[in-house]
Amino acid sequence: MTGYVDKIREIAERLLRECKVDKVIGFRRGTVPMMNEPCIITKPGEAAQLVWDGHCGINLANYLTDRKERIGVVAKGCDSRNIVNHIIENKIKRDQLFIIGVPCQGMIDRHRIAALASGEVLAVSERGEEVVVQGADFEQTLARADMLQQNCRVCWHRNPVIFDEMVAEPVAEQSGVDRYQDVRHVESLPTEQKWDFFEKLLAPCIRCYACRNACPLCYCPTCFVDESRPQWVGKGQDPTDTRTFHFLRAYHCAGRCTDCGACERACPVGINMRTFTKKLEKDCYDLFGWETGLTLETRPPLDVYRPQDPGSFIK
Amino acid sequence: MEHMGIDPGRLQFSWISSAESTKFVEVVKDVTRSIKALGPSEHFVKSKAKAA
Repeated sequence: MTGYVDKIREIAERLLRECKVDKVIGFRRGTVPMMNEPCIITKPGEAAQLVWDGHCGINLANYLTDRKERIGVVAKGCDSRNIVNHIIENKIKRDQLFIIGVPCQGMIDRHRIAALASGEVLAVSERGEEVVVQGADFEQTLARADMLQQNCRVCWHRNPVIFDEMVAEPVAEQSGVDRYQDVRHVESLPTEQKWDFFEKLLAPCIRCYACRNACPLCYCPTCFVDESRPQWVGKGQDPTDTRTFHFLRAYHCAGRCTDCGACERACPVGINMRTFTKKLEKDCYDLFGWETGLTLETRPPLDVYRPQDPGSFIK
Repeated sequence: MEHMGIDPGRLQFSWISSAESTKFVEVVKDVTRSIKALGPSEHFVKSKAKAA
């Protein structure tokens, strides 16, 4: 996967030199391990900053909202689906974009590595199918396949669905993955246990809104949690308010979420808030046969009326 | 809502036209009756802030 880097730099350098775009959005090395940061480069000479590895889990579609310039953007499978969603929602125009498609082999779960390491992680590198974790006085080698983010393990769309140039040949898509095992587990619980399941899930939440800020769908100028006139939801850590925030945010993502995992990755306390969005994603798939961001041609299910839409719950 | 542990009996959806006043009254009566039967909710109840 590290072989992609040269190609990404070459394309970015060429685009900027030929003035095809005004800026390129990609990743550069972060200041702490496992946290590559998004960066915007505007000069051909800056292309050498760009990197690619298993720590590029942030969704770059988040940085495209309402931009007016011509932009080159590095996009893995989920990023590209969010870009499609952005285009559908008129947040950016297709002809402003030059999409540098990156076939993805899954991103590394930083929470998991930190939990498994024997001490503070100082560097993480990838060697083929292995991940090497280094600290001040230890070195561990782990299997890359076991260290993937949970959403990457059940990913169906590793290759970009929309692109102008690919950095490499498409990778094989995963087959035989059971995408909704965790959702079905929750569905099978009785009501009270469902409540307790989510109560436990959200207990560590500190309402930092990192999940919202990392999410490419959360682009409202004023989020409902920040509004104070009227104040829709309390701003403290009362469990009722925390839960209201999480489930309302999930609802706002219905039919739009690509399960890119940016929210879960951003969470400082390691909450898997995808359990909320995934239920809605599953419902959209089951009821409307809809998977977000695969095509520019079809309007999302919550955006159109079709006579065959399911609606038996309403009477 | 149901998925995250809200009692399905407490969730009610209805489609009532502005011209259907009788249906509106019926639905309100039905909902009130069924909710009263369930008793006070234990979830999504916020305790009042403690007075200083």
